[in-house]
Amino acid sequence: MMNDVLLEIKNLRTYFKLHEGILKAIDGVSLAIGRNRVLGIVGESGCGKSVTARSILKLVPAPGKIEGEIWFHGGEKPVNLAALPPTGNAIRDIRGREIAMIFQEPMAAFSPVHTIGDQISEAIQTHQSLPKPEARGRTIEMLKQVGIPIPERRVDNYPHQMSGGMLQRAMIAMALSLRPKLLIADEPTTALDVTIQAQILRLMKRLQAELGMSIIFITHDLGVIANMADDVAVMYLGRVVEYGTVRQIFENPQHPYTQALMQSIPKLGSKGRGRLASIEGTVPVPLDPPRRCGFADRCVHFIPGRCDADVPPLIDTEAGHQVRCILYE
Amino acid sequence: MQNGSKALIEVRGLKKYFPIQEGLLRRVVGHVRAVDDVSFDIPAGKTLGLVGESGCGKTTLGRCIVRAMEPTAGEVILRVNDQEFDLTKLSAKELRAVRPHIQMVFQDPYLSLSPRKTVLNIVGEPLYINKVAEGRALEQRVRDLMDLVGLDVKYLNRYPHAFSGGQRQRIGIARAISLNPELIICDEPVSALDVSVQAQILNLLQDLQREFNLTYLFIAHDLSVVEHISDRVAVMYVGKLIEIGDTEELFQKPRHPYTEALLSAIPRPDLSRPMKEVTLEGEVPSPANPPSGCYFHPRCPYAKDICKHEAPPLVDMGNNHFSACHFAKELDLQGVGE
Amino acid sequence: MDATKDSAQKSITGRGTEITAEERYYMASQSQLMWRKFRKHRLALISTVFLIAIYFLAFTYEFWAPYEMQTQHEDYLTAPPMVIRFVDSEGNLRAPFVYGTSNELNMDTFTREYVEDTSQIYPIQFFVRGQEYSFWGLFKSDLHFFGVENSKIFLLGTDGLGRDLLSRVLAGSRISLTIGLVGVFLAFTLGCVLGGISGYFGGATDTVIQRVVEFLISLPTTPLWLALSAAVPPRWSPIQVYFAISIILSIFGWAGLARVVRGKLLELREYDYVISARLAGGTDGYIIFSHLLPGFMSYLIVHLTMAIPGMILAETALSFLGLGIRAPAVSWGTLMQDAQNVRSIAIHPWLLAPGIIVIFVVLFFNFIGDGLRDAADPYKL
Repeated sequence: MMNDVLLEIKNLRTYFKLHEGILKAIDGVSLAIGRNRVLGIVGESGCGKSVTARSILKLVPAPGKIEGEIWFHGGEKPVNLAALPPTGNAIRDIRGREIAMIFQEPMAAFSPVHTIGDQISEAIQTHQSLPKPEARGRTIEMLKQVGIPIPERRVDNYPHQMSGGMLQRAMIAMALSLRPKLLIADEPTTALDVTIQAQILRLMKRLQAELGMSIIFITHDLGVIANMADDVAVMYLGRVVEYGTVRQIFENPQHPYTQALMQSIPKLGSKGRGRLASIEGTVPVPLDPPRRCGFADRCVHFIPGRCDADVPPLIDTEAGHQVRCILYE
Repeated sequence: MQNGSKALIEVRGLKKYFPIQEGLLRRVVGHVRAVDDVSFDIPAGKTLGLVGESGCGKTTLGRCIVRAMEPTAGEVILRVNDQEFDLTKLSAKELRAVRPHIQMVFQDPYLSLSPRKTVLNIVGEPLYINKVAEGRALEQRVRDLMDLVGLDVKYLNRYPHAFSGGQRQRIGIARAISLNPELIICDEPVSALDVSVQAQILNLLQDLQREFNLTYLFIAHDLSVVEHISDRVAVMYVGKLIEIGDTEELFQKPRHPYTEALLSAIPRPDLSRPMKEVTLEGEVPSPANPPSGCYFHPRCPYAKDICKHEAPPLVDMGNNHFSACHFAKELDLQGVGE
Repeated sequence: MDATKDSAQKSITGRGTEITAEERYYMASQSQLMWRKFRKHRLALISTVFLIAIYFLAFTYEFWAPYEMQTQHEDYLTAPPMVIRFVDSEGNLRAPFVYGTSNELNMDTFTREYVEDTSQIYPIQFFVRGQEYSFWGLFKSDLHFFGVENSKIFLLGTDGLGRDLLSRVLAGSRISLTIGLVGVFLAFTLGCVLGGISGYFGGATDTVIQRVVEFLISLPTTPLWLALSAAVPPRWSPIQVYFAISIILSIFGWAGLARVVRGKLLELREYDYVISARLAGGTDGYIIFSHLLPGFMSYLIVHLTMAIPGMILAETALSFLGLGIRAPAVSWGTLMQDAQNVRSIAIHPWLLAPGIIVIFVVLFFNFIGDGLRDAADPYKL
């Protein structure tokens, strides 16, 4: 069993100590990512999905503090990433080479004053001692692999000379140039148009199969999750509220939040122009949150005295399907 | 489409060209055809959805209709109270008199409310400017409006920084309906919102439409949202309208290859409908330098020779469904399915 | 401090009937939020208090200065600063006092040397009657904040003509501190009007104004200042010279401001809420006064605060070179003329006092500008 797991997150807590109080961005998240699998993390803004991704690579900004364990089983011996110093060599070796990350805004990932070819080559050379011409060759090969037309010419382009979709492809090329075992994709298609998004999603699927890597795919779009993920974690207010295979989540959603989320999006092809089932209220800010179910205020099944008494435990409802809700106790 | 004598608003041949200037003397060397000869109409109480990818000109079109931007050519005819106005021809003063009939809801709920004004002032501003109400009467009217859009009236004196994105959008909607407009241009009103909040706002817009017989031009890039809210849908590509038809028909039986491609590209939260294998290759061309003939031909899987040379006109396919494709009649295109 | 309290309550209370701290935060206007944020900037807050005090002193200097600034005390030529003492030579604690001094000519160096005479004790008295002065030309008075009887007190020493430096620094502050304000006010008016026209109307007007701005900014300012000030007729009265200098300073100051105004205006004009006001039927005038002006006012204030010390320094420099304010009027720049050569600084270092005050005032302004800049956007964390 242990052999199949690439990354194991145990009771991760990422807190930001602010003027106003303690912002519990992640409050006890445990997850496992299998080898060669795609884990989708879905949730609304402020649910902690992006902070989870950043915590894995220890890229949490200043007042943030990471607690818990993050075991990476990619090397010969498992490494606890959470215990590594955030600026040391150990984590830097893992970043890029073992675990790579792509972001929503590809423009921000590239420096505007260097060609994308130089930047990808440099990324390769910092981890592998390759002579320059060979690194450039590798770069062109990578650009070709991510479907950039005429890569021999595009390699000398500056970021502003490329469209958003092309730049996103270039960022994927850079992320995959060192053949990482895990790719973290943080809303990689949110800024793209729907036809370009379809191209990028297809590309990522193909590369995942070809290179045999694992992906953590973070998005707020349930449609993207359904098409990309093998396993799905639904997050709300810093906690995983439901976890299961994509089939379990989409065919048998159990947490009231997951159910409400699924019902609140308009379905294509359902011409009935009735009202959407909306979730009342807004997502709260996890500033000094009380110990209770985070969704209690907005939940239609709210049971006074139970839901607001304590944080509900993760309950196994079927093999591999966990729900953090007392309805299943 | 031409039988629009009863339509609330008629857009005829609307164009917006931005000059491309070069050099010290700002010589005009070309034009970006952001909106290129667009015509449509919307009957009172109905919703027209306007979709297209970024840069297709849908936002510019919306702003030209309300004359937040000056259109280069064309007509925008508004019919209210048995009167007809061509918005594009009105002087600044005449325009101010007509403005109350057309309002707008904006995409970004953070930029669309002045951070220096309270809810009372934001929602009441149109009433105050148009001298509809003052003092106590104005405050009462604002309270009614807040109630209508589902905001607690005790927040009357709060500033926008006190509200979440969804609540801000409610404030924006309350402001937009304050003058009892006939037409509201909704420019991506839910795309900045969280999924769970998006449904609240869509419901609110539909409720208000029913109650006040509002007419919407609903601009969005999310096709499932557009399908949900629109009676008719218009699709834009590189500044041109390429297809317009009743929602159900357009989504079930599109008549333009671009519409088909758009529909097939949507990732759906439904495991029985995985994304199709064939997708559109290439990218949207720049409106400063569009391809010859049909703008879509370089990406179109059905393109023939004629598509490279001749721009197809928008032709009636029957049932008030128009498509700008040379082969619209021959092609059997796929919709989203039941 | 307050913010911590506010948000602590934010999560706990939520809906109370009385006005909670949370409610107060939500009902705080932008200027209130800016003030909250500004208060957190300690240095800026302290600087503000000091500057207000300094300006207050400048506006009422006649009262604070122990002597009339032109009075020459022949027995005290270039006398060093006197020390305020609380303990006399016998070790007794007493009210603040100064010793009397006597001077003699050192025949080796040919300089006057001042010696404290510990047998003469002159207690400092407050609200004393002294030289008569005319307060802003409004009324005459002889009430001074402090002084000593039967002797003289020079807390900052005297200059070569025996004039009390403290009195002169206080008198000079009126011109030096206000010339910055007047100059910035003129520059602000010009910059706002021209920048506003440029930004709001655009087109050819915009192009012309922007080219003029670029031309002015590219000119080397110091030689031009010198040339323009040298052209001020020598027969002009001190008041005329004062205004001539502030106009000269503002001629170059407005260009940068016009740019800021124009840029901000262009940015704001495209804001959705401004478009929304236009759609609501607002006229140009209404939009300018109720949306655009308040919109960039906070940024302008920051810019102005940063511009004032520049003006003060420029006036000081011009006057120092003898091209600005002329005697009998005094400013910090003219006072520093006495410290023009190394020898006099070495022997009479107290003549540098006006320079040190200039440094502090400029620093205060910069700290305030810093704090205001942080506060100008109160919604950013």
